[in-house]
Amino acid sequence: MAAITMLEGIRQALFEEMDRDPAVVALGEDIGVYGGAFKVSEGLLARFGPERVIDTPISETAIVGAACGMSYLGLRPVAEMQFIDFIACCFNQVTNFVAKSHYRWGAPVPMVLRGPSGGGVHGGPFHSANPEMYFVHTPGLKVIYPSTVYDAKGLLKSAIRDNNPVLFFEHKFLYRRVKDEIPAGDFTVPIGKAAVRREGRDLTIISYAAMAHTALEAAELLAKEGIEAEVIDLRTLLPLDRETILNSVKKTNKLLIVHEDTRTGGIAGEIAAIVCEGAFEDLDGPIVRVTAPDTPVPYSPPLEERFLPNAEKVVAAARELAKY
Amino acid sequence: MSVASSRAGQELSREQYLDLYYYMQLNRQLEERMVRLFRQNKIVGGLYSSLGQEAISVGTAYALEPRDWLAPMIRNIGALLVKGFKPRDIFTQHMAKYTSPTRGKDGTSHFGDLKVRHTVSPISMLGDLIPVMTGVAMAGRYLGQNIVTMTWIGDGGSSTGAFHEGLNFAATQRAALVLVLENNQWAYSTPVTRQVPLKNLADRAKAYGIHSAVVDGNDVVAVYTATKEAVDRCRAGNGPVLIEAKTMRMKGHAQHDPAEYVPKEMFEYWKARDPIPLYEKYLTERKIWDAAKKAEIDARIERELDADQKFAEESPLPPPELAEEGAYCDGCHKIEADWKRPKEEVTPPKSSIQAEWTAPKLGGLDADFVAKAEIPGAKEVAAANGPTSQAAVVVAPGANAAKAATQPAPASKDELASAPALRVPFGRGPKDKEFVRERSERSQEKQRHAGARPKRRKR
Repeated sequence: MAAITMLEGIRQALFEEMDRDPAVVALGEDIGVYGGAFKVSEGLLARFGPERVIDTPISETAIVGAACGMSYLGLRPVAEMQFIDFIACCFNQVTNFVAKSHYRWGAPVPMVLRGPSGGGVHGGPFHSANPEMYFVHTPGLKVIYPSTVYDAKGLLKSAIRDNNPVLFFEHKFLYRRVKDEIPAGDFTVPIGKAAVRREGRDLTIISYAAMAHTALEAAELLAKEGIEAEVIDLRTLLPLDRETILNSVKKTNKLLIVHEDTRTGGIAGEIAAIVCEGAFEDLDGPIVRVTAPDTPVPYSPPLEERFLPNAEKVVAAARELAKY
Repeated sequence: MSVASSRAGQELSREQYLDLYYYMQLNRQLEERMVRLFRQNKIVGGLYSSLGQEAISVGTAYALEPRDWLAPMIRNIGALLVKGFKPRDIFTQHMAKYTSPTRGKDGTSHFGDLKVRHTVSPISMLGDLIPVMTGVAMAGRYLGQNIVTMTWIGDGGSSTGAFHEGLNFAATQRAALVLVLENNQWAYSTPVTRQVPLKNLADRAKAYGIHSAVVDGNDVVAVYTATKEAVDRCRAGNGPVLIEAKTMRMKGHAQHDPAEYVPKEMFEYWKARDPIPLYEKYLTERKIWDAAKKAEIDARIERELDADQKFAEESPLPPPELAEEGAYCDGCHKIEADWKRPKEEVTPPKSSIQAEWTAPKLGGLDADFVAKAEIPGAKEVAAANGPTSQAAVVVAPGANAAKAATQPAPASKDELASAPALRVPFGRGPKDKEFVRERSERSQEKQRHAGARPKRRKR
C-alpha cells in the first residue's frame, strides 16, 4: 500500500465519516469549491453537495455559532478555521457558548473545530500560532494535536463521533512532510491516550505535534552518546494521559518536556505539576523545558529558526539533565 | 420594511386573545413576586426586570408553533412561559435550587430544553445566539423539519460583532430566523442614540438584504401580527426577518440599578403606555371578555404562582459535589437527529454535484444604479463594461439541485465565455495541471536562490 500524507489522512477521515453518517456536515471559509486553503476538503463538495459542505462568509463567530446550533439538532458538524490563529475571532463563542453548554444546561455539543496550526513555514505572527493552551484551560472542550498520519485519521474519526466539542489541531508543517502507510478500512484512535514512541531508560521526553518528531530525532542523536531517551507523544492535550506520563517518569526518573508553544502557561508547566504531585519521590533531577520563547511567532527565517525548538536544543538540554 | 398594526390580529380566536392576556399577566406577576423574593434575599444573584416589555416576549413567542425553536434573552421570561415552561422553572432558577432546570449550575433564564420545548439557553454575552439560532434553522432545513427559529436582541446588543456575523450568515443562507430587536431605549445606562445613529434600528436589515418590520412593542396584538407574518415568511423559505419592537425598559439594568440616569418624563410617557392596561382596554372595548373573565384568569395566575413559589422555596439547594459533575457528556446523552426527509437525498451519489461557481452576471456597476446616481466616472466604467453590465450574481455550486438557492436568469453562453476569470476551476490542487506547472516554476526559482537563503529547519 502506498504511503499517504497526514493531509490525505485527514481528508480520508472526513470522507469516510461523511459517508458513514449523513449527520456529519462540514462548514468553513473556502472549503467547498476551492477545497480549503490547504486542500484538506478537496473533492468533499463534489461528493456530498452544498447542503453538507458549506462555504461560509468570513465570520468565525458565525461558523462556530452555527455549528453549535446544528449540533443541538443532532448533527455532527465539522467546522474549519482557515488558520487556527483565527480562532481568536470566535473565542467567546468557543469558550463561553460551546464549552459551557453541557455543564450549564445539559446540552451536548458534538462538534469538531479543526484547523491548520503551528510554525516552521514562515507564516508570520498570524499564520503560525499554537493557541492550544487557551482551550486546554477551558473545561468542556477536548483538545487533540496529532503527529502521525495514523493518529490524525484515527483521532479525527474519534473526534467526529465524540459527544463533546473537540478542537482538532493540524500541524501544517506536517501536512505534506509526514508520510506513512496506514491500514485500509475503518479504524479509530482513542482520545486521551498518549503513545510511547520510543522506549528508553535514562530520561523521558514528552512532546506532541511537530515537536514529537523533533523529540524522536533528538533521541536518536542521544542514543549515539549512550543516552537512551523514552519519547512520549501526548496526542491529546485535554484530557491529558496522566497515567502514561507518570509511569514513564517512574521508570526513567528524569523528565524533559518539549513544545512549540510559548513557555509561560504552556502544557509543560501542567505536566511538571502532575509529576510533582504524582511522582516527586521518583525524580532524580529537575524537570526541564525546551519551548519557544515568550514572543509571537516571527516571520523572517533566522528569527523563526531561533524561535522554534529543534533537535540540537533538545539534545543539549537532555545532555545536562542526564548528568544528574 | 413594514409597520404593523393591531387590525390584522383579528384572526385570533377568543381563547387566543385571552391566552395573550394570561401570559402577559403571568409574566408580570411572576416578576413582581421575584422582586419581593429578591428583597428577602431569597434570590441568589441578580434580577433583571422585563416590566413594560411583556407584550414583546409574549406576542412574538405566541406566533411560533410547538416544533419551532426559540432562544430567550434575559428579559424574555414571557417567551419561556408561552413555550411551555412553568413559573416554578423561573423561581427555582433564580433561587439556585436543585430542582431548577439547570440544578443550580446557572441562574435566571439561562436554561433550555432540546427535546420537548426546543429552547436554547442564552449566555450573558450579547449577540451569540444569532449565529447559533441560524445554525438551528440550517439544521432544521437540512433534516426536512420545516421549522422557524426565533431569538431576541436589545438595542445595545445590536452593536456587537456577533449580531452582524450572525444576521449576515442567516441572510446568505436564507435561514428561517426571526430576530426580534427589542429597542427598550437603554443599554444599561447608555441611551440608544449613543448605540446606533439610526431612527429605526430595523433599517439595519437593509444592509443584509433581508425583510424587516417596525412595531409598537407595547401593543401585544400588533407584536403578534407582525411576528406571525415574519414566521410565515420564514417558513415559506424567504429568509430571515428583523423585527424592531419599540418599547421602554421601565426599571434599571437590574435590581441594583435605580436608573437615575433616565429622564423622569421618559418613564412618565411610557408608563401611560403600559402594555397590560392597554390590552385590558382592548379586550374590554371589543367585548372579548368581561370583569368576571378577568377575575377568573387573575385568580388562576395567583393560584399557579402560589403553588410554584411554595415549591421553589421548599426545594433544597444542590449537593456541593454536583459542582464537579457534568462538564462533559460521558454517554449520558444519546445524540440522534430527527430526520423528516429521506437520508438518500443527502448521501452520494444523489448528493454529488459539479463543484464550480458560475457567474451569469459579471459584476461591475449596475446599469439602473448608474442611471440614477451621480458618481463621477461611473457612466464611463459602465459603458466600458458593455451593455450587459449588471450587479454580480454568483450562483451556488449545485444550485440546480438545491432548491433553497435563488435562481437568477440564465445567462447566454457568450456571456459565460467572455468571463473565464470568474470561473474558479474546481480541483485547483495537486492534480490541477496549471497548479503543477506553477509549483515546478516556483521550485526552480527557489533552487536558483537557494544559496542566498538561510537553511530550512530539518526534522
